[in-house]
Amino acid sequence: MKGMTIIVKKITQIICPVIFMFGLYIILHGHLTPGGGFAGGVIMAGAFILQILANGNILPKLRKEEEGLEFMESAAILGFLILAGLGLLFSGGVVFFANFLDKGELGKLISAGFIPLENIVVGAEVCAAIATIFIAMVVYKDEEGK
Amino acid sequence: MELYLIIILVLMILGSIYSLNASDLLSAVISYGIVGFGLVIAFLLLQAPDLAIVQVVVEVATLIIMIATIKNTQSKIPKMEFKPKIAVYYAITLIAALIFLIVFDRATGCLSEFGADTMRMAQPYIDGVEHTKSANLVTGVVFDFRAYDTLGEATVLFTAVIGVLTILRIKGKKDN
Repeated sequence: MKGMTIIVKKITQIICPVIFMFGLYIILHGHLTPGGGFAGGVIMAGAFILQILANGNILPKLRKEEEGLEFMESAAILGFLILAGLGLLFSGGVVFFANFLDKGELGKLISAGFIPLENIVVGAEVCAAIATIFIAMVVYKDEEGK
Repeated sequence: MELYLIIILVLMILGSIYSLNASDLLSAVISYGIVGFGLVIAFLLLQAPDLAIVQVVVEVATLIIMIATIKNTQSKIPKMEFKPKIAVYYAITLIAALIFLIVFDRATGCLSEFGADTMRMAQPYIDGVEHTKSANLVTGVVFDFRAYDTLGEATVLFTAVIGVLTILRIKGKKDN
């Protein structure tokens, strides 16, 4: 896949960090405002996809990135399971996914027990999954053409 | 509000019918986007911003992935000539659709009116705010009351990625 013109590349450089930050914002405020892990994760993956569409395929770099994203996805889903298991442990072996942390005050950023942690983990998982699918399509297509 | 919903639903149905009959796969995919983005507006009208955000972002991502797939493969659909056998299939499909419509009408007639009984189901979840301390009710339900379902969803996504990687890797190896 080839890259696009210099105008598109420059605009992408300016816009991509903003998109990424917006995804992070949606994940971190998932327990206060609309959105959450899934929506924020896909927005972050959108930043990745935009970069690849604008800059084209730089094969060795993308290959490395794909391996890192695979690791991130597996680690995130493992973290989700560990959180669930910790809930089981702290509630005395009764409730899977028990909310074991201090709940705090309604409406504050740090509140709602381990729901923000779950949001972060699921966001990482979704972001890595969507970006991996897209990068894999680009990488293996170009290797085939060689 | 219901008038807007009806207009959007008719547009969505027209878009999906066009995407079935399009001669070019690219225009089929793009007209299928009407369904997704119409669904976004429908969600907003029904006051579900959480779902609307997820739907609009996922729709854009899947459109890009689908267009990339079409660019990598062929975009023409082989044409079918009309045979008497096909007329039988059309007739069977029509009869099945008619039966489905009649059963659907009967079944929805037994339900209570649209939106009438929502509070009966939703009240325990709304009271659950005191329990979860999450100001966003949807996140409170998804990550606390129904965390099992979220685990299942994450597992489905994980499995899908593994499947895609496996298939693409096999294809790459064969050509080498």
